[in-house]
Amino acid sequence: MSLLQTRGLTKAFGGLHAVQDVDFDLPEGEVRALIGPNGAGKTTFVGMLCGRVAPTAGAVRFAGADISRLPAHRRIREGMAYTFQITSVFARLSCRENVALAVRRRKGDAAREVPAALARVGLGDRADQLAGDLSYGHQRLLEIAMGLAQKPRLLILDEPTQGLADSEIEGFVALVREVRAEATVLLIEHNMSVVMDTADRITVLNFGEVLAEGTPEEIHADGRVQDAYLGTGDA
Amino acid sequence: MRLPGRAAAGNVAGMEFGPYLMLATLEGAVTAAVLALTAVGLSLVFGIMRVVNVAHGEFFMLGAVLAWWVASWFGGHAAIGFVAAAVLAPLLVGALAALADVTVLKRVDYDPERTIVVTIGLLYVIQQVVLMTYGPEARPVEPPFNARLALPWVEWGESGPALYWPWGLSTTSYKLFVIGAAAVVLAAVWLLMRHTRIGLVLRATQMDGEMAQVFGIPVERVYAFTFGLGAALAALGAVLIVPIQQAHYLMGGDPLLLSFIVVIIGGLGSLPGTVVAALLIGLSDGIISVFFSPTLAKILATLLVALVLVFRPQGLFGTRAA
Amino acid sequence: MSDGAKAAVLHGALIAALFALHFVLPAYHHGNLARVMVLATYAMGYNLLFGYTGLLSLGHAMFFAAGMYGMALPVTHLGWAPGPALLSGLAAGALLSLVAGALALRTVGVAFLIVTLMFAQAVYLTVLYFAEWTNADDGLVLQRAERVLWGLDLSDAGVRYLAALVLFSVCLVLSLWLVRRPFGKVLIAIRENEARAEMLGYDVFAHKLGAVVASGTMSAAAGAAYGLLFGYAGASFAGVQYSILPLLWVLLGGAGTVIGPFLGALFTFYLIDITSGFTTAYMAVVGVVLIALTLFAPQGIGGEIRRRVWRGLP
Repeated sequence: MSLLQTRGLTKAFGGLHAVQDVDFDLPEGEVRALIGPNGAGKTTFVGMLCGRVAPTAGAVRFAGADISRLPAHRRIREGMAYTFQITSVFARLSCRENVALAVRRRKGDAAREVPAALARVGLGDRADQLAGDLSYGHQRLLEIAMGLAQKPRLLILDEPTQGLADSEIEGFVALVREVRAEATVLLIEHNMSVVMDTADRITVLNFGEVLAEGTPEEIHADGRVQDAYLGTGDA
Repeated sequence: MRLPGRAAAGNVAGMEFGPYLMLATLEGAVTAAVLALTAVGLSLVFGIMRVVNVAHGEFFMLGAVLAWWVASWFGGHAAIGFVAAAVLAPLLVGALAALADVTVLKRVDYDPERTIVVTIGLLYVIQQVVLMTYGPEARPVEPPFNARLALPWVEWGESGPALYWPWGLSTTSYKLFVIGAAAVVLAAVWLLMRHTRIGLVLRATQMDGEMAQVFGIPVERVYAFTFGLGAALAALGAVLIVPIQQAHYLMGGDPLLLSFIVVIIGGLGSLPGTVVAALLIGLSDGIISVFFSPTLAKILATLLVALVLVFRPQGLFGTRAA
Repeated sequence: MSDGAKAAVLHGALIAALFALHFVLPAYHHGNLARVMVLATYAMGYNLLFGYTGLLSLGHAMFFAAGMYGMALPVTHLGWAPGPALLSGLAAGALLSLVAGALALRTVGVAFLIVTLMFAQAVYLTVLYFAEWTNADDGLVLQRAERVLWGLDLSDAGVRYLAALVLFSVCLVLSLWLVRRPFGKVLIAIRENEARAEMLGYDVFAHKLGAVVASGTMSAAAGAAYGLLFGYAGASFAGVQYSILPLLWVLLGGAGTVIGPFLGALFTFYLIDITSGFTTAYMAVVGVVLIALTLFAPQGIGGEIRRRVWRGLP
């Protein structure tokens, strides 16, 4: 059964269709990558999933319920977590408090779970540092720790490896493989090697529409996808 | 501003309704003219610099006080002093505002909230310095000319419509001059914005300050100029009104509030919207006060503005999102 | 010592010191400090919204006035005793903040400032308009007999000081408790990064509305107490100046610190007190301090303490 499902999801800005008539199904337990050239509508699409962007038309179902009309915070409560494309942490609060805010919202035991979540992303010894004082790569990891601490059913990661060093990317790939046991993952990613290493299936968006969907091997071999990325496609 | 409509209305108790309404409209037009100048100043600053200048009313007050000073320093015929005031007071106020921009606003990076806080500070500094130097008295400036013009009204007599001159239905040549002068200045601002290089630079900055900077527009100087121009317009409005009202250190509060109302109703940053709203508010203020107490009218206007901001932030006449 | 224990010691020491001062201060400063404690309570209310939630209101005088008139009107016109009147002042503040908050919070940024300013202006004008009951600028004077609360004569200087101290202490402890609770921590999170707080699943609007009501009700408590302790309710307390002053106190004392509002109110009070000995234009000082603080010390005294002495200052 699909954990997440969209039907006819559309967003128009003025006359311009950023996302058009997207039907999307994400089964529980899968790691799905969402790729596409710049401006393909990935962030708008994800924004409609988690309630940050109001759709022009179409419906979103999550865990069997229609959530199209729920505000963002209610969708998070239903079991979604979202990490921002541009790092978004509480810069003037400690790392501990950043994660504790995520734990407390679902009435979790902050004293026990916060150190565990921080340790998991390798920030265990930085609990008392201000989030704003961390390096960029560490801030991204902190945000992932906040995502994990929410114990989501669906974790949406918006370009999580952007700006990470190669060694950090390796750690991230290992983390995603580990997380898949607990949550379904929707990964928006530019780094194709990360996508190939982590995703079960890939959905390709182009000009706001689904261009292709399949296993990494199928997508890799798909000529239309290559055209789209090379900018020669007219799909 | 104390509304001239009510002062006049006080003298004409017993006047019939029609002439009374006409008088209120005329007085309202004077209010509207001065309000349009003041509000356009506020609107320019908001539109181009994206900041709210809470000290705007004090620049208005400073214009009035300086007008009194200049006029009494020149002496001679009233017209000499008035013309000197009309030139010097806006220039001085504009220069002071530009100075405040460079020394204070620039240093808070035009952050919207911090700008509001520092302009509140500026409000008290200007107001209280005027209290210390000019004092708590209210002082008039003599109008350059002030002929009383009686106005006719139509009455249906036994032999059809007939003109007559109701007692108390009159205006002055100076009040008509205020309306005309404000219209001329507003037209000049319009021409400046639409048909000059300065206007082009201002509009480019309004659209996108960072982009303007990339294209070599000296944004810092544009901001100083805009802030000065906005304050000068308020000061000019005040110079026009002091021969009718008097200059007083607390006179800045009402123009600030009314300008806020006008700028918000007209759509934040839109010049034509601002002028239309000034006419609407100025005229209706005169007319509403015929029916309601002025305090009640103000309560309703204030609540209206707040609700416009809550439910229709683009203003009543605007179409784009603010 | 844990942060919690340190905070308890620091704020406990402040309350103890204020209590000790009751026995040693000369009459003039004794009276001033009673006034400062009530005003500091108002500032603490303002701080809940501005300092902890990051929402700048320019209309808090409406809540102060709601408390003041919500108390004074029933006393004057219905002959209520101070106890119930105090409660009706609180209720008036809570109700007004709920309505004004629900409307104003639909706007963001500068529009929020202007909407709160406009609401407060409407309340001020309403006080003037109903002069028949409020006596407008001249205000309502409460007689000595109308100010006896549970057998305590609040017109007596000593009782008044201690009553102000009780009010101040209760609100100080409440503030401290609130900002250390999960609710207060979410407010801080909203101040720091609203979008992130929402995407952690917090209902940002509901929390902000809660902050407005807590802030407005505490401000109303200060307004009601001020009227009762000093026997007077006047329209000037609803005016724009009384919306600006708490902003100044909190900025000076340190926004987002529990102790800051008291420090700010104390310094400002004596600054104005001293300046007004020289000139009637003492509000110029307020202007200069506002500009100087914004330019040179936006974190205020409390912020400096946090930076130099103790990062965990709540």
